[in-house]
Amino acid sequence: MAGADGDDSLYPIAVLIDELRNEDVQLRLNSIKKLSTIALALGVERTRTELLPFLTDTIYDEDEVLLALAEQLGNFTMLVGGPEYVHCLLPPLESLATVEETVVRDKAVESLRKISQEHSPVDLEVHFEPLVKRLASGDWFTSRTSACGLFSVCYPRVSSTVKAEIRQHFRTLCSDDTPMVRRAAASKLGEFAKVLELDYVKSDIISLFTALASDEQDSVRLLAVEACVSIATLLPQEDLETLVMPTLRQAAEDKSWRVRYMVADKFSELQKAVGPEITKNDLVPAFQNLLKDCEAEVRAAAANKVKEFCENLPEDSREQIIMTHILPCVKELVSDTNQHVKSALASVIMGLSTILGKDNTIEHLLPLFLAQLKDECPEVRLNIISNLDCVNEVIGIRQLSQSLLPAIVELAEDAKWRVRLAIIEYMPLLAGQLGVEFFDEKLNTLCMAWLIDHVYAIREAATCNLMKLVEKFGAEWAQNTIVPKVLGMANDPNYLHRMTTLFCINALSEACGQDITTKQMLPVVLKMSNDQVANVRFNVAKSLQKIGPVLDSNALQTEVKPVLEKLATDTDMDVKYFAQEAISVLALA
Amino acid sequence: MSAISASEKVDGFTRKSMRKAQRQRKSQGSSQYRTQSAPVELSPLPQLKDAPSTEQQELFTQKLQQCCMLFDFLDSVTDLKSKEIKRATLNELVDYVSTNRGVLVESAYPEITDMICTNIFRTLPPSDNPDFDPEEDEPTLEASWPHIQLVYEFLLRFLENPDFQPSIAKRYIDQKFVLQLLELFDSEDPRERDFLKTILHRIYGKFLGLRAFIRKQINNIFLRFIYETEHFNGVAELLEILGSIINGFALPLKAEHKQFLMKVLIPLHTAKALSLFHAQLAYCVVQFLEKDPTLTEPVIRGLLKFWPKTCSQKEVMFLGEIEEILDVIEPTQFKKIQEPLFKQISRCVANPHFQVAERALYFWNNEYILSLIEENIDKILPIMFGSLYRISKEHWNPTIVALVYNVLKTLMEMNCTLFDELTSSYKADRQREKKKEQERDELWQKLEELRLSNSTLVQNNSHGLPSVQNNNNNNNNSNNNNSDAQDKSADAAADAALTVTTNNNDPAESATCAK
Repeated sequence: MAGADGDDSLYPIAVLIDELRNEDVQLRLNSIKKLSTIALALGVERTRTELLPFLTDTIYDEDEVLLALAEQLGNFTMLVGGPEYVHCLLPPLESLATVEETVVRDKAVESLRKISQEHSPVDLEVHFEPLVKRLASGDWFTSRTSACGLFSVCYPRVSSTVKAEIRQHFRTLCSDDTPMVRRAAASKLGEFAKVLELDYVKSDIISLFTALASDEQDSVRLLAVEACVSIATLLPQEDLETLVMPTLRQAAEDKSWRVRYMVADKFSELQKAVGPEITKNDLVPAFQNLLKDCEAEVRAAAANKVKEFCENLPEDSREQIIMTHILPCVKELVSDTNQHVKSALASVIMGLSTILGKDNTIEHLLPLFLAQLKDECPEVRLNIISNLDCVNEVIGIRQLSQSLLPAIVELAEDAKWRVRLAIIEYMPLLAGQLGVEFFDEKLNTLCMAWLIDHVYAIREAATCNLMKLVEKFGAEWAQNTIVPKVLGMANDPNYLHRMTTLFCINALSEACGQDITTKQMLPVVLKMSNDQVANVRFNVAKSLQKIGPVLDSNALQTEVKPVLEKLATDTDMDVKYFAQEAISVLALA
Repeated sequence: MSAISASEKVDGFTRKSMRKAQRQRKSQGSSQYRTQSAPVELSPLPQLKDAPSTEQQELFTQKLQQCCMLFDFLDSVTDLKSKEIKRATLNELVDYVSTNRGVLVESAYPEITDMICTNIFRTLPPSDNPDFDPEEDEPTLEASWPHIQLVYEFLLRFLENPDFQPSIAKRYIDQKFVLQLLELFDSEDPRERDFLKTILHRIYGKFLGLRAFIRKQINNIFLRFIYETEHFNGVAELLEILGSIINGFALPLKAEHKQFLMKVLIPLHTAKALSLFHAQLAYCVVQFLEKDPTLTEPVIRGLLKFWPKTCSQKEVMFLGEIEEILDVIEPTQFKKIQEPLFKQISRCVANPHFQVAERALYFWNNEYILSLIEENIDKILPIMFGSLYRISKEHWNPTIVALVYNVLKTLMEMNCTLFDELTSSYKADRQREKKKEQERDELWQKLEELRLSNSTLVQNNSHGLPSVQNNNNNNNNSNNNNSDAQDKSADAAADAALTVTTNNNDPAESATCAK
């Protein structure tokens, strides 16, 4: 039973503390990370009376050590004797919440928030809340910054007089004269509003919100935009116009692009929070302005939201709003000077077709899609092609096919392999939409060319692509169009291409069926077992293992078995290994 | 597929140089959120020097108003005529305020500051390159520089005009003005920052009432830079101004200034981009120490606390700064910090990066430092000896080994007897250290065993209790326990593993059970 009580003779605190004081930071860090072990060795009593006071006194240390300490203390409740003693952890965490380094402070606040839940309501008022007050009125900005994160966790569980004090402290911090503190307060405004009674939201929070939203520093103002979402959600609809909207309108036209960017970025949330009426009257013009903003960053953020914004418009006037207000802006963005803006738009624009229906799509959106398909920036084209399925549901892909082809061909040869990879992934879908004839005529050569790409990832994707195509078009098609080409590569001087043949066979055998596999593919594979390159030979073994189940037992016994047995005696150990594995998996031994 | 060469295809990651070349196309940025409608075409006004003196003031005002019109410089074809008129007018205004006396009448001040504010105060555009590296990349230049430069020039001449009266100007050049001016220091354009530096310096000199405010705002900018964004282009320029401000501090130093040193300047050393402003920063620190030598100890302890752990370049800079400090240190102050300081120097000397080792060993070429070491050789030699002795045998770089021999020789000459003693006890000391390490390992092992037996106990005790709670906080402890145990012994590990799989109960309960 030594554990719970600690054992003086074995683990004198001095020795443990020596470890925590070691000159080498790494050792100190290790000891701190095992602080729970030390606490366990000491027992709860001595942890409270000796270890914690020591820790509180050693706050001047490397930030890395302090970070570990701040984290440990958040999980220490049981080690000091459970919830009734949890307040013992407050003094060291309080000091940690005042240090300069942000990560340490944030971790301390996180731990404080965690253990606040373990305090009884009485302890919360007696121990925790005074700590928050001390931090909130600290001299140096760091402690006041930390205090901002603690108000919301204690507010719901304290008496109304204490609540009033907390509100007062929060108010003071919102008008602190260091911008760091105002930023911290602004970023917690939404969270704090959520735990406040509605009356106080109206009386207190709104004025703070208005003040922060017109702060002299844009870094503070932009945080108010985030708070706006939570606040608007809390208020009844009839109050929004007077309490929130003036500020929001002002933020959407702020002179700093950072604030406008934030508005654009949070637009969907804002839209949901303020409801359909205000959206119609206010947000639509605001959104138009953001789409036309002079700063590309803002336009891109707004462009990203086009689909979501349109989707969430009230149904009765949705189409009219999109057609008269949004679409003209979207048209302009299609020929924007900035490629990020165009590419953001391209990633969502196809989504509009489901909202607008067939006729509008053909008349208004199709020209835009086609223009973007011809854009000079590959990312824009790719984003359009990636979202083809949305259009397909509405108007079918044929409408696009003429413009699609040149775009696809160009992307298929793009210098960036990630672009090539992305387009390959859309091939099966395109093939399904465009039909076998179109495919054979225009796209087949591309698909075969990818098999000898210089990048492995492309060759691999190309292989997988062939399998999906065969699944779509059937074995007969495979036999006529792709199998001969794939098998032809078995004689290529480049061993990487020869291996590609094997990979293709692995992928295709099942889809092609027993007949093609046995008659056409198997002879090629078996012939390759004599390849000079060991990598090819062990891939032969792997291929045989893979296609074995498709073959009949006769072929297995008479053709596959002798070859595998020969490979099992190969000079290369990897070849031997994979041959043996194949023999045992196929049960040929 | 012929359009693209094979080599380009292989490398999906376009080379940096190529990306840069693309970027260079738009190396100019500008941001003016235009609430004003499209610029009206300007028509030229008569020259100031040709106007009769009675009308000059009126014309001056008109010209100032004309210069409030802003133009889009990213569009290089529009408004060419008006842009040229504004440029000529600004030139004339610069000339007018720098050569003429008696032109700064009180009524002109608001017009002048209005023109300046309209032109220079703007939200800086987003950086073209989100991971702009000031050391490697070309800065984005301000597109409207042809006008802005002249406005800055005008502001400077305005401030330097002999008739300039701060008592009138302070109504317009106020806290808000300064705050906006300070934000412009984040400009990527070095030409702009250079103007701002001179201008802020003049304002600091002429407006006594703004001094404390300026210092406080610089403080805030630095703190934000250190702890929040790690991004601000004008740190070096602001430090340069501070260097001369510190020079003028009265003695004894106010608490505010000491706090600035310890809580702002020292933590600035942690910045990733230290190399961009280290010279100015070190100058400020040394200025403080020359003013008040008693600050030496906290400053050096601060530097030791933030000593770089992984960045050798920064370590070299730190060593450079330490040498600058040692150059002005008082012998009594030296005694106070010699132990921690030389422990660090001894680590630097033993650094596998030869530039770090070399920089530290160069201290022994400094006459004044040598004299300080000699005075305290009894303390310093034992600290340095271990590393030097080891390095003299082990360092990979022959230059370092040669330097170390010289240093050892110098130290030996300082105290021959002590040197001999250390040499003979070197082996024994090393062994003692090893033994200590072993003891530490044993201690921790015992602690682990204790913890293990504790949890086994818990497990035995709680066999009968099927557990319901999974959300306990200390779950991770028992997991650690498991992984540590595996090194120890197979049996223990098996036990611990059992503990983890079967024992999901609340640790509170376990603790009570164990008792």
